[in-house]
Amino acid sequence: MMHDGAFSDPARERELFARRLFVGTLVTLLLTVVLSLRYFDLQISRHEDFATQSNNNRVLVRPLPPSRGLIYDRKGELIADNRPSYNLTIVPERSQNVEHLLSELGKLINISKRDIDRFNKNLRRRRHYEQITLHVNLSESERAILAVNGHRLNGAETSARLIRHYPHKNLFAHAVGYVGRINERETQTIEAVKYSGTDSIGKIGLEKFYEAQLLGTVGSEQVETNARGRAMRILDQTPAVSGDNLTLYLDSDLQRVAFDAFQGERGALVAIEIETGGILAMVSTPSYDPNLFVSGISQKNYDGLLYSNDRPLFDRSIRGQYPPGSTIKPLFGLIALQHDIVTPEYKINDNGYFFFKGIERPWRDHNFARGGHGDGVDLSKAIIESCNIYFYGLGVKTGIDLLADYGSQFGLGAKTGIDMPSERPGIMPSRAWKKGAHGQSWFKGDTINTSIGQGFMLTTPLQLAVMSARIASRGDVRTPRLVKSINGVEQPAAEGGAKIDISPRHWDYMHKAMQDVVHSSRGTARSINKGLDYKIAGKTGTAQAISIDAEEKYDSSKLNKNQWDHALFVAFAPVENPKIAIGLIVENGEHGGSSAAPIARAVFDAYMESQEPTKLVTR
Amino acid sequence: MHRDDFVRQLSSPGGDRRPSRVLHIDIPLLLLLLALCGIGLIVLYSASGQSIFYVKRQATFMLAGLFAMLVMAQFKPRFWERGSTLIYLGGLLALVAVLFFGVGAKGAQRWLDMGFTRFQPSELMKIAVPMMVSAYLSKRYLPPRFKHVFVATLATLLPVFLVARQPDLGTSLIIFSSGFFAIFLSGLGKRYLVATVLIAVAAIPTLWFYVLLDYQKQRVLTLLNPGEDKLGAGWNIIQSTTAIGSGGWSGKGWTQGTQSQLNFLPESHTDFIIAVLAEEFGLIGVLSLLLVYLLLIGRCMVIALNAHTIFSRLVAGTLSLTFFVYIFVNMGMVSGILPVVGAPLPFISYGGSAIVTLFSGFGILMAISTEPKRI
Repeated sequence: MMHDGAFSDPARERELFARRLFVGTLVTLLLTVVLSLRYFDLQISRHEDFATQSNNNRVLVRPLPPSRGLIYDRKGELIADNRPSYNLTIVPERSQNVEHLLSELGKLINISKRDIDRFNKNLRRRRHYEQITLHVNLSESERAILAVNGHRLNGAETSARLIRHYPHKNLFAHAVGYVGRINERETQTIEAVKYSGTDSIGKIGLEKFYEAQLLGTVGSEQVETNARGRAMRILDQTPAVSGDNLTLYLDSDLQRVAFDAFQGERGALVAIEIETGGILAMVSTPSYDPNLFVSGISQKNYDGLLYSNDRPLFDRSIRGQYPPGSTIKPLFGLIALQHDIVTPEYKINDNGYFFFKGIERPWRDHNFARGGHGDGVDLSKAIIESCNIYFYGLGVKTGIDLLADYGSQFGLGAKTGIDMPSERPGIMPSRAWKKGAHGQSWFKGDTINTSIGQGFMLTTPLQLAVMSARIASRGDVRTPRLVKSINGVEQPAAEGGAKIDISPRHWDYMHKAMQDVVHSSRGTARSINKGLDYKIAGKTGTAQAISIDAEEKYDSSKLNKNQWDHALFVAFAPVENPKIAIGLIVENGEHGGSSAAPIARAVFDAYMESQEPTKLVTR
Repeated sequence: MHRDDFVRQLSSPGGDRRPSRVLHIDIPLLLLLLALCGIGLIVLYSASGQSIFYVKRQATFMLAGLFAMLVMAQFKPRFWERGSTLIYLGGLLALVAVLFFGVGAKGAQRWLDMGFTRFQPSELMKIAVPMMVSAYLSKRYLPPRFKHVFVATLATLLPVFLVARQPDLGTSLIIFSSGFFAIFLSGLGKRYLVATVLIAVAAIPTLWFYVLLDYQKQRVLTLLNPGEDKLGAGWNIIQSTTAIGSGGWSGKGWTQGTQSQLNFLPESHTDFIIAVLAEEFGLIGVLSLLLVYLLLIGRCMVIALNAHTIFSRLVAGTLSLTFFVYIFVNMGMVSGILPVVGAPLPFISYGGSAIVTLFSGFGILMAISTEPKRI
């Protein structure tokens, strides 16, 4: 054996060890005496107290589930509430023969094999005096049948509990989200005591974001039980505290109008109250019924939603990322005006092609007929008629750095910070972004693509609405929000940011140009100006769903519908005193003017109507 | 590793040929362990709400544990001495892996998913740390010098820290004790002992403010005032002391404990099982169990004193003292004199990995006890 230089002395080492072990033994014995004394103290000295406590007060503490906070729209209409649901449970101890009871029940109501398997699994693990759930969500007639036959169903009980209910079904599915059973992964992160009376948790949407507020505080009751464990008397109660109620900026009438206006097309719309940044409507179509998820969705229903080509579960409003197309032009026009890169007087001659020095392949204007917009295209005309050639030049002269800088001030390329989970940031391309994402340096050609909202650029419908609101408010930066007040307490507006620095005359100019997009005879959204008694400012856009070569012409008849261009529209109204801003997309809707703009018009009409005081009284 | 590590004195002429020696079984130790297992199964049946399901599973774990013990006993202590550093390093690596890829339940990451089975590296460390520290110190001149104490302390604290991070305070406490005992038994000077106590006292505020998680602090506070937290840990303590106290001298009788049978006692078949025993078998039951534990520890100490090498002595002594820590921590926490840290009662609490680890430790003790004296 190796020793560190010195000679070892086995006898001394052995003796040292023995001494130490002796000390250890003494400590062990001492601590054993401590333990024995403690148990003696509990079991003998204080036996009477504990025996009384145990015999006379067989007190059981049971959690009292809090009722989840309700969600209202801005007018006080219920969007999410709680309704009783009835389960069939069995207490094995109270049934003479569980097998027999199961077969009796099976004759009365429909009990699936899955129910029985789950019941049997729990039966082995739970104690015989505990309630074990056999069947959830009893219908009214099932409850009646069970009540009538109750006398011969010893041990079977129907128990009521509150479950979440969404009266508007699919209308608010994406914005409000839903609650569902707490799953295994969640049990590891939640605090068990807080959820001791609850078996559901917010999964997505507001239900998830405001889980802490909506949940409420679990209460407890001390119940005296008899010798068999049955509750006899409630001794003490700490009532549960209901979760906080949320009142939203959302307007369910506006939401309904927007949802219906899509007429089954895929797409998304976000409408923002400009003054507050509050979300008035937030629609993603197609949608689904969130009630399906509350007490566990069946595999068949879930697969149907998950594998549908229309992807109803996908929240397009905050997670769908699309090239903004021409809807980006007012923003880029403003930047160029502010930095004197173009003036209102500056005009170009558009023959339909844009050549950039050194590159043979020209950029074409896919929006318009060959031959271009002709002579004398100024910024206003380039907005009204959506001239790409003008913006190619404007973009190159402005440069990507300015575009990217202002883009982020207008809410692009980063999460807007709305009070919802899993928002996507989109992309506002820049030199740094391209270096990071692609490891390449920025080319002028990238700027040209960016200048008409194509190329790398991606935005969510929410971001489009935010951009539109910031243009409408002449540069006020407000973070969009869904929740207006919690338990009646108005939520302070979230920190936005510094006002965007653009001079008033440029705002005037751009508002006028955008108004002419709708109201002039050559505007791309002129189709929606019929019978308008107020003024809308807007900008249409088209985003390629597939890429088309410069020499080809986009021809929808040659493409499948799911390859058609996406139609976009950003707008606000009324122009003189903007109240509401909208961003929207119709997937494969082809033209912003014909398919997207009418949806915005419908929402604006409903909003303006609701603003008239007389209407409010008669409502 | 040599062939003779496996093929033992079977080949040595004139060796002991009794079956117990051939299989490297220490009969008194085995009998005491079997007695504990028997007590454990009887109490578990009652504690699990008379569930034969749990009893069967626990019996299966015990058989697996006995098998593991037999296997461990077949290796010479020399083998464990040589392999200890490697096992320790492997365990340490696995603990780091748990931090990154671990799986677990209720907020704690404790297992590594190996595909076919789950492996809990912290359990391995309960044996690897005492072996490694003993092996390291036994190669040095004893009592150890400062440098060696320092290395041994570091080797102990590293896994203690990693396990505490999972978080698993109970297991990290066990690992800490085992390392400490090995150093203590090696003959650590008195001034080191005094210094250790001082450092420990000084470390309490640091632990409180920087290391302990909120829920762990809550448990300490609960110990001081169990009435505060009626749905959480406080409830456990109120109910367990009531169960223990209502047991009296001789208890309410098997399966007759109202506290445990009526579901007042959470975790009644795992960490809090002693409360069931105390309620149903009274103080007589508790003291009898303590007696069996003490006999077991006493037998282990005899093995330690008679061991032939320094390594064997240190390991045997350390394992027996550590075994007592299990008992003290569990019975102390259930009776409300220690905070709730989540430590099972050896051989009585339900749970597979703890049982297999315990048996493996006793396998090493058997290997030491049946080691032939070297010529």
